Amino acid sequence: MPLELPRVEWATILPETILVVGAMLILLGGALLRRRLPAWVWTVASIIIAAGAMVSAWDLWRRVSHNHQGGAHTAIANAVVVDGFSVYFALLTCGAVILAALMADSYLRRERLNAPEFHVLMLLSASGALLMAAANDLIVIFLGLEVLSIALYVLAGFAQRRAVSREAAMKYFVLGAFSSAIFLYGVALAYGATGSTNLGEIAAFLRASVSTHAVLLGAFAFLIVGLGFKIAAVPFHMWTPDVYQGSPTPVTGFMAAVAKAAGFAALLRIFFSTFGTHRLDWQPLIWALAVLSILVGSVLAVVQTDVKRMLAYSSISHAGYILIGLQAATVRGLAGSLFYLLAYTFMVLGSFGIVTLVARDGDARTGLDAYRGLGQRRPGLALVFTVLLLAQAGVPLTSGFLAKFYVISAAVEAHSYALAIIAMLAAVIAAFFYLRVIVVMYMAGDEADTADADPIRVPFGAGLSLAVSVVATVIIGTILAGPAFDFARHASILRL
Amino acid sequence: MLDATWLIPALPLAGFALLLLFGKRLGEPWSGWLATTTCFAAFVATAVVFAGLVGRAGDNRQFDQHLFTWFKAGSLKVEVGLLADQLSITMALFVTGVGALIHLYSVGYMHGDDRYPKFFLYLNLFVFSMLMLVLADSFLLTFLGWEGVGACSYFLISFWFERPTAASAGKKAFVTNRVGDFGFMLAMFLIFGALGTLQYAGPGGVLANAGHLSHTTATAIALLLFLGAVGKSAQLPLYVWLPDAMEGPTPVSALIHAATMVTAGVYLLCRVNPILGLTPGALDVVAWVGAITALFAATIACAQNDIKRVLAYSTISQLGYMFLAVGSGAYVAGIFHMVTHAFFKALLFLAAGAVIHGLHDEQDMKRMGGLRKYMPVTFGCFIAGWLAIAGVPPFAGFWSKDDILANAWQHNHALWFIGIVTALLTAYYMSRQVFLVFWGEERWRDGEDHGEPHEAPWTMALPLIVLAGLSLVGGGLNLPFNKHTELLANWLHPVFGDRLHELGISSASKWALAGTAVALGVIGIGFAVAVFIRGRVDPERLEPAVLQHGWYVDDLYAAIIETPGRLLAAFSAFVVDTKVIDGAVNGVASLVRNGGDRLRRVQTGYVRNYALAVAAGAVLILGYVAARAGG
Repeated sequence: MPLELPRVEWATILPETILVVGAMLILLGGALLRRRLPAWVWTVASIIIAAGAMVSAWDLWRRVSHNHQGGAHTAIANAVVVDGFSVYFALLTCGAVILAALMADSYLRRERLNAPEFHVLMLLSASGALLMAAANDLIVIFLGLEVLSIALYVLAGFAQRRAVSREAAMKYFVLGAFSSAIFLYGVALAYGATGSTNLGEIAAFLRASVSTHAVLLGAFAFLIVGLGFKIAAVPFHMWTPDVYQGSPTPVTGFMAAVAKAAGFAALLRIFFSTFGTHRLDWQPLIWALAVLSILVGSVLAVVQTDVKRMLAYSSISHAGYILIGLQAATVRGLAGSLFYLLAYTFMVLGSFGIVTLVARDGDARTGLDAYRGLGQRRPGLALVFTVLLLAQAGVPLTSGFLAKFYVISAAVEAHSYALAIIAMLAAVIAAFFYLRVIVVMYMAGDEADTADADPIRVPFGAGLSLAVSVVATVIIGTILAGPAFDFARHASILRL
Repeated sequence: MLDATWLIPALPLAGFALLLLFGKRLGEPWSGWLATTTCFAAFVATAVVFAGLVGRAGDNRQFDQHLFTWFKAGSLKVEVGLLADQLSITMALFVTGVGALIHLYSVGYMHGDDRYPKFFLYLNLFVFSMLMLVLADSFLLTFLGWEGVGACSYFLISFWFERPTAASAGKKAFVTNRVGDFGFMLAMFLIFGALGTLQYAGPGGVLANAGHLSHTTATAIALLLFLGAVGKSAQLPLYVWLPDAMEGPTPVSALIHAATMVTAGVYLLCRVNPILGLTPGALDVVAWVGAITALFAATIACAQNDIKRVLAYSTISQLGYMFLAVGSGAYVAGIFHMVTHAFFKALLFLAAGAVIHGLHDEQDMKRMGGLRKYMPVTFGCFIAGWLAIAGVPPFAGFWSKDDILANAWQHNHALWFIGIVTALLTAYYMSRQVFLVFWGEERWRDGEDHGEPHEAPWTMALPLIVLAGLSLVGGGLNLPFNKHTELLANWLHPVFGDRLHELGISSASKWALAGTAVALGVIGIGFAVAVFIRGRVDPERLEPAVLQHGWYVDDLYAAIIETPGRLLAAFSAFVVDTKVIDGAVNGVASLVRNGGDRLRRVQTGYVRNYALAVAAGAVLILGYVAARAGG
C-alpha cells in the first residue's frame, strides 16, 4: 500500500523552521570554525534568528487577523493550526528568546561557558514551544513538549562545573520524563475515548456525543497532570524551587517564561477549545489547581530567604492566577490569561535578569543579604527591580495589576466568586515578600557589602534587556494597556 | 497652523522632562532660562494657533486635535485630544503670556535658592497641567489637568518645606481642594451616566447634547461642578487655603494663586455654559456665592498686615466678582475680568515680591513705609496695579468691573449693591496698602540693619513694566462704546450663543452706573488718604480683631472639623488600628509563617518524594473523576 505523504505548507511553520535551521547553522558554525569567535557574535546571531522568526510570525499575524475566522486555518494534514492564538505565543516566545539571549551574553562570559551551544539549545527549545502552541494534534503537542523539554534539561545543567546545576538538570529530567509519560497516557486515553488524537476531530466527536465516558474523564485527569507539571501548578510543582534555584539564572528566567507559556498554550487550547463542551467536568479540577497554586505559592514564598527561590514560588502562584482565566472558560477569561502571560513574560525575565547581575561570579549570591543596600549602591538597578516586584505584586500603573484585574474580573463574570476572593486575598500575602525585598534594598543599611571588592556590573546587553522589560511592564500597565489587551483578545479567537 | 495645537502643552512638558533629567547639571541660571524659553515658546505657539483660528470663518473657529486613544474599556473609550476654540485659546494666551513673564521674573527672584532647578521644574509642570486643563477636549482630560495643577500648587506652596508653616499650608490647600475635586468627579460620573460621553465638542459631545439632560440632572451637575470650582477658585466656604498658600514663593502666588490656577473654576463653568443655561436656580447659587465671597473677603483684606495676605484676600474677592458675572449670565464679563485681573494681580504680587526682596524678606506692612524714593520702578508699577484694581479709568480693572456690575444690576439690584460696596472696600484696602508701603515713615529702619532697600534686577523689573503696561491698556480688549469695540464679546460669542445675557439697559443708565462705581472708588481712596496720610482717624479702630482674624472662620473650622477629626483619628489609630487591624494582620502573618514553615518541610530535595507528590496529585484527580463517572 503506497503511503500518502501530506502536503507541507512551509509558510505556516516558517517561524519554527527559522528557529531550527538557525540553531543548526549556529551549531555547525561553532563546530567548523577553527578560530573561537567572541561570545557576542553568537548572541547577535541568536537574536537575529529569533527576530527573523518574530518577523515571519508577525506576517502570519497580519494574515490571520485580516479576517478573523477566515484567516485562521489548519495545515500539514491538519496537524498544525495557524490562528491568532498560535501566533501570539510565537511572538511572545521569540521576544523572550531575545531578552534571555541579551541577558545570557554577559553571563556566559562571566561564567566562562560555551556560547554557541547555549544559544543552540535555547533556540531549539523555543521551536518546541512554538510547536506546542501551533499543534492541532495531541501527538504533535507531545512532540513539541519533548523538543522544548529535552533542550531545557540540558540548559538546566549548563553550568556543569556547579553541582547544583547538575542536580537541577537531573531532577528536572527524571521528573519531566515521569510527567511526560503521564501526559502520553492521557493522550492514549483520549484516543480511546474519541477515536482520534486530532484536536479538531476530538472536538467534533465530543460535540456529537454529550455523555461523558469514564475513559474521557481519565484522559482529562492525565492531561492535566502532565501539563500541570510543565506550568508548575501545585501539587505538581515540587521540582520548581530546586530546579529554578539550581539552574543558571538566565536559563531560569527563560524556563519560567517560555516553558510556562508553552505549557499554558497547550493547556488552554486543549481544554478551552477542544474539551470546551465538557467544561463542567474539568472546571472543578482547574479550580482546585488554581487555588492550591495561588495559596501554596504565596505562603511558601513568604518563608524563603533566597530571592531566586522566592521568585520560583512566586512563579507558582502566578501560574495559579493564569489558571483562573481558564477556570472561567469564557473568551474574556482566555484573553485575561493570555494578557497575564504577556505581562508575566516581561516581569519574570526582568526579575531573573536582576538576580543574574546581583549573583555575580559563580552565580551564587542569590540570598536576601546580597540585596542589602542595593538602593544606595546601584540605585538604577534597585529602581528597576522595585518596579518589577511591584508589578508582580499587582500594583496599579504596572502590567501586573491589569493582568490580575482581567483574570479576576473574568472569574467574577463567570460567578466564581470564591475563587476571585481567594485570589485577591492571596495577592495581599504575596505583596509581603515582594515588598520585603524592596525594604531590604532601600531601608536596610549595610556595612559589609558596600566595601565589597566585587561590585555589581551592568553590561550593555543585560542593561538593554532589563530596560526593555521594565519599560514594557510600565507601558503595558499605562498608556499601551488598551492595545495590549486588544492584542490578547484577538489572540483568544481560536480556530476549532 | 492649527496643527500646532499639540505643541502648546508639549513645550512646557518638554521643559519639565529636560529639567527632570538635566536640571541639576544645568543649575542656576540656565535651568531658569530653559523653563522661561519653553513657556515663551508655548506662548508663540498659542499665538500661531490663535492666528489660525482668526483666519477661519466666525462660526467655524473650533479645532479638535485627536492625539491618541488612552484606553478602551467596554463602552468607555478615552481619547486624548485637544480642543482649540475661542474660549480655550483666550485662556491659553494669557496663561502662557503671563506665565512666561512670571518665569522670567523668577529667574531673578529665586536667585541663590538651594533648589533653584527644582522650582522651575515644578513651574513648567504647572504650566503644562494648566494648559491641559484649558485645552482638554474632554472632562476626563480637564480633570487630569485639574489634579495636575492641584499637585503643583501643593508642591510649590510647600516649596520651602523646612518651614513648618509652609508644609502645613501645602497640606491645607491639598485637603481643602479634595472636597472640591470630589464634586468634580461626581459631576463627571453623572454626565457619563446621562450622556455616555465625556467629550466636549462634536455632534455626540456633551455640549451639543446638553439639552437632553433633565432639569434635575442638569442642576445637580452644575452644582457639583460649582463645588469643584469653589474649591479650586477659593470661594466661600472653601477659600481658607488661599491666604495660607502665600507661604509659597511670591512668583508662585502670582502665577498660580492669582493669575491662572484659581481662575480654573471660572473657566470650567464657562466651558459647560450649555449645562448652566438649563438651570437658572444653579446660576443664582453661583451669583450669590460669588457676590457674598467678594464682600466677605474684601472686609478681611481691610485689616491684614501681611503684604501678600492682603493680596490673597483681594484675589478671593475678585474671583467672587467673576462668579457673580458667570451667575448673572455675563460669561464674557467674567472672562474679561479674569484676563484683566491676571494682568494687574500678577503685577501687584510681583511688585510685592520686589518689595519683599528689597527689604530682605520683610512681609509686614507695619514695618515698611516710604519706599517710593528707594524703589521708583516698583513704585510706579505698583501704582498702575493699584489704580487698575481700584477701578479708576482708564485702567483695565475699571472696564471689566464696570461690565460685571452693569450685568449684575440688570440681573438683580441686590447683587449690584453688594458688588458696589465691595468696589468701595477694594479701593480702600488697596490704597491702605499703597500708603503703608510707599508713603509715611521709614519704619523698616527700626529692625535689624540690612542697609537701604534696593531696586530689583532687570529680570524682575521687565515683567513688572510689561504687566503695568497691560494693566493700563488691557481694557481695550472690550470697550463698551458700540458693537465694534467689544472685541472680546464678539470673539467669544459663538462659544456662548444665546445663553449670553444681552445687556439691555440704556446708555444713560450705563453712564450712571459707571459714574457711581468711579465715585465710590474715589471715596474709598479719599478715605484711605484721610486715615493713612493725613492721620485723621486712628487706623487701629478700623481694624478690629475679628477682621484681623478673618471672622474667625479658621478657628470655627478647627472647632467643628478638626477636633472631632482628631478624636476620630485617635480612635482609629489607637483602638481600631492597633487592636483590630494589627491584630488581624499579625494573626494572618503568623498563620502564613507557621503554615509556610510546616509546608516547606515537605520540600525534602529528594526526587523520589517529588515524584510521589505528582503521583499523589494524579491519584487525587483520578479519585475525583472516578467519583464523577460513578455518580
